[in-house]
Amino acid sequence: MIKINGEFFDYSQIPLLQFLEENGYNRVTIAVERNEEIVPKSTYDTCILQDGDIVEIVSFVGGG
Amino acid sequence: MKKDTFTLGGKEFSSRFILGSGKYSLELIKAAVENAGAEIITLAVRRTNTKDTENILDYIPDNVTLLPNTSGARDAKEAVRIARMSRELGCGDFVKVEIMQDSKYLLPENYETIKATQILADEGFIVLPYMYPDLNVARELQRAGAAAVMPLASPIGSNKGLATKDFIQILIDEIDLPIIVDAGIGRPSQACEAMEMGAAAIMSNTAIATARDIPAMAGAFKQAIEAGRAAYLSGLGRVLERGASASDPLTGFLRD
Amino acid sequence: MAENQFFVDSARLSQAALERKHRIEQDPSCRCNHMEYMEGMEQISSDVMEKVLSEMKAYDYNSYTAQDVKRALDSDRCTIEDFKALLSPAAAPYLEEMAAKAKIETSKHFGNTVYIFTPLYIANYCENYCIYCGFNCYNDITRKKLNMEEIRHEMQIIADSGIEEILMLTGESRAKSDVKYIGEACKLASEYFRNVGLEIYPVNSDEYRYLHECGADYITVFQETYDSDKYETLHLMGHKRIFPYRFEAQERALMGGMRGVGFSALLGLSDFRKDALATALHVYYLQRKYPHAEFSLSCPRLRPIVNNDKITPLDVHEKELCQILCAYRIFLPFAGITVSSREQKHFRDGIVKIAATKVSAGVSTGIGDHEDKYQGKDAKDAGDEQFEISDDRSFDEMYQDISAEGLQPVLNDYVYV
Repeated sequence: MIKINGEFFDYSQIPLLQFLEENGYNRVTIAVERNEEIVPKSTYDTCILQDGDIVEIVSFVGGG
Repeated sequence: MKKDTFTLGGKEFSSRFILGSGKYSLELIKAAVENAGAEIITLAVRRTNTKDTENILDYIPDNVTLLPNTSGARDAKEAVRIARMSRELGCGDFVKVEIMQDSKYLLPENYETIKATQILADEGFIVLPYMYPDLNVARELQRAGAAAVMPLASPIGSNKGLATKDFIQILIDEIDLPIIVDAGIGRPSQACEAMEMGAAAIMSNTAIATARDIPAMAGAFKQAIEAGRAAYLSGLGRVLERGASASDPLTGFLRD
Repeated sequence: MAENQFFVDSARLSQAALERKHRIEQDPSCRCNHMEYMEGMEQISSDVMEKVLSEMKAYDYNSYTAQDVKRALDSDRCTIEDFKALLSPAAAPYLEEMAAKAKIETSKHFGNTVYIFTPLYIANYCENYCIYCGFNCYNDITRKKLNMEEIRHEMQIIADSGIEEILMLTGESRAKSDVKYIGEACKLASEYFRNVGLEIYPVNSDEYRYLHECGADYITVFQETYDSDKYETLHLMGHKRIFPYRFEAQERALMGGMRGVGFSALLGLSDFRKDALATALHVYYLQRKYPHAEFSLSCPRLRPIVNNDKITPLDVHEKELCQILCAYRIFLPFAGITVSSREQKHFRDGIVKIAATKVSAGVSTGIGDHEDKYQGKDAKDAGDEQFEISDDRSFDEMYQDISAEGLQPVLNDYVYV
């Protein structure tokens, strides 16, 4: 299972880009953190999420 | 005449009004930023909601500096993670460290803030820590590499004004960094007062977001902040302190 | 500006020594560079000196007006600009108001208390040629260095009289009164006294650490004058000649763990307003850097010495001294202010009610003569004094006088854990 934004997905592995496209994420306006490490945008193409990964995908919103 | 600016992280700013973007709609952000004349705007970082088609960055003019905050962080570790994510989102190196363990008053956790500031300053961030005004903590933040200090005036969203006025004054007097008063400013007059005290800048969010006419209120704050700054620079007349007058002259003993 | 005549030739100097002395007095080119550190002198990287000296150089006290002074007196926070106004000639007509404001600040921070201490000179050997000082290497005086037994004896006498705080002084001679000797004296002092101060030659921070571990709590170093050009003409020979090493002494002391540091210029040596400004800013900038430390100021004026009774403090009269002390108090309300026995009884009695928080009593500036002085005898075997004192009241007399004025004499407020 891979945990992404608090939700469990039943994959043993999946390329990051594929996950983003399938789930409607715009790679330009997001940042990705995998197991508490930033995934640089330049490596999105080669990054493959693995079973047991914990991933956060974030964007800017309004805030004070 | 030399222009009155202040510098943060090597960048020069002529506006001393930092605007928050929370609690009001995206369409109004642009107007508010323009009316405020703000050159810095704060943002938060949250898990992406794919149903949102709008991108807040489209509503912020290009020349405005983005100041992401680490709201949601409960300790230094979480704040550092959020800061790194915000930098990855492409906002530059500015970050406002905001760490809260208290969800009732949203008072900042000063000691975790010091830790986060140290780590982030070492990683090249331009750190603006939000803190409860404590001189000793401010000194630690300065030592840790903060670019400014942001003491709260009163609890976030309370609009109670300068409840911590005397302690903010101490920071202005003793800390050689820009002091940016943040949180709890409810009216333009309070922003003006903080600037008269010698604050470097004011941050406000709720006061604008809860106004009936948001862009107009942003404009009112702009004028108040400029007025306060001008008053400070022109040298305010002092409040007279009436002391006791001695009946015998104190200096009567002097012989020459 | 009128000048004191400091050069005095002793009949007991050899021809060669006299020639050397005159050459050094007349020919600046044969003196070493006073801004260059000598070998063995620790150099710290600090911006305080530059800040202090540039403010001092730019200080134009004649440009301040009565308006500036009034604004400073009305303000509840005294800025550096306000302080400059209070030190200026324009403030002279406002002395009574300054005193009233100073009195309020003193009582806010110190209540009604006045600390009492006494100095103990343990050696007067000196390698420096500081032309205004009684201990200078060319001055013909009786030199003495107390051994540990004699130091213990002096301390016993002083402690028996009731005093609990001691300030130990030496002339500047690493050869005769080295750091270890001073350290041993500190260990002795901590047996007899609750607060131990040192006024010795500037040393490196690791030496200050050693002395602190031996029992010293605070360090006082007088810069004498902050005008480095004038300083060069007054300190012709010896380690004291090096201006920046002396300036940085307090900071090295704090780096070495000392709890407190004392500052002063010797008024009458140079432009006293500029020196007063520099002294206060020296405290101001160091306090911002080391906020935990205790700071104190003195304000000594030039006094006659053995073999030169004509030395006077020139244009620093009692009114000017009072003005400076009030200005210090208003600008630095947290700093202790010590007034020594260089000043007369009436002055000390008056100023403790306004701005001063510490006075010496039972004073002797000679070496090894406390027993004789306390018993009213002439000391037979003692070393000569550094300067002539004006107020020779004993500890008991001082204690009584202070209490009679409604103030509270305090001997010490420390507890060692």
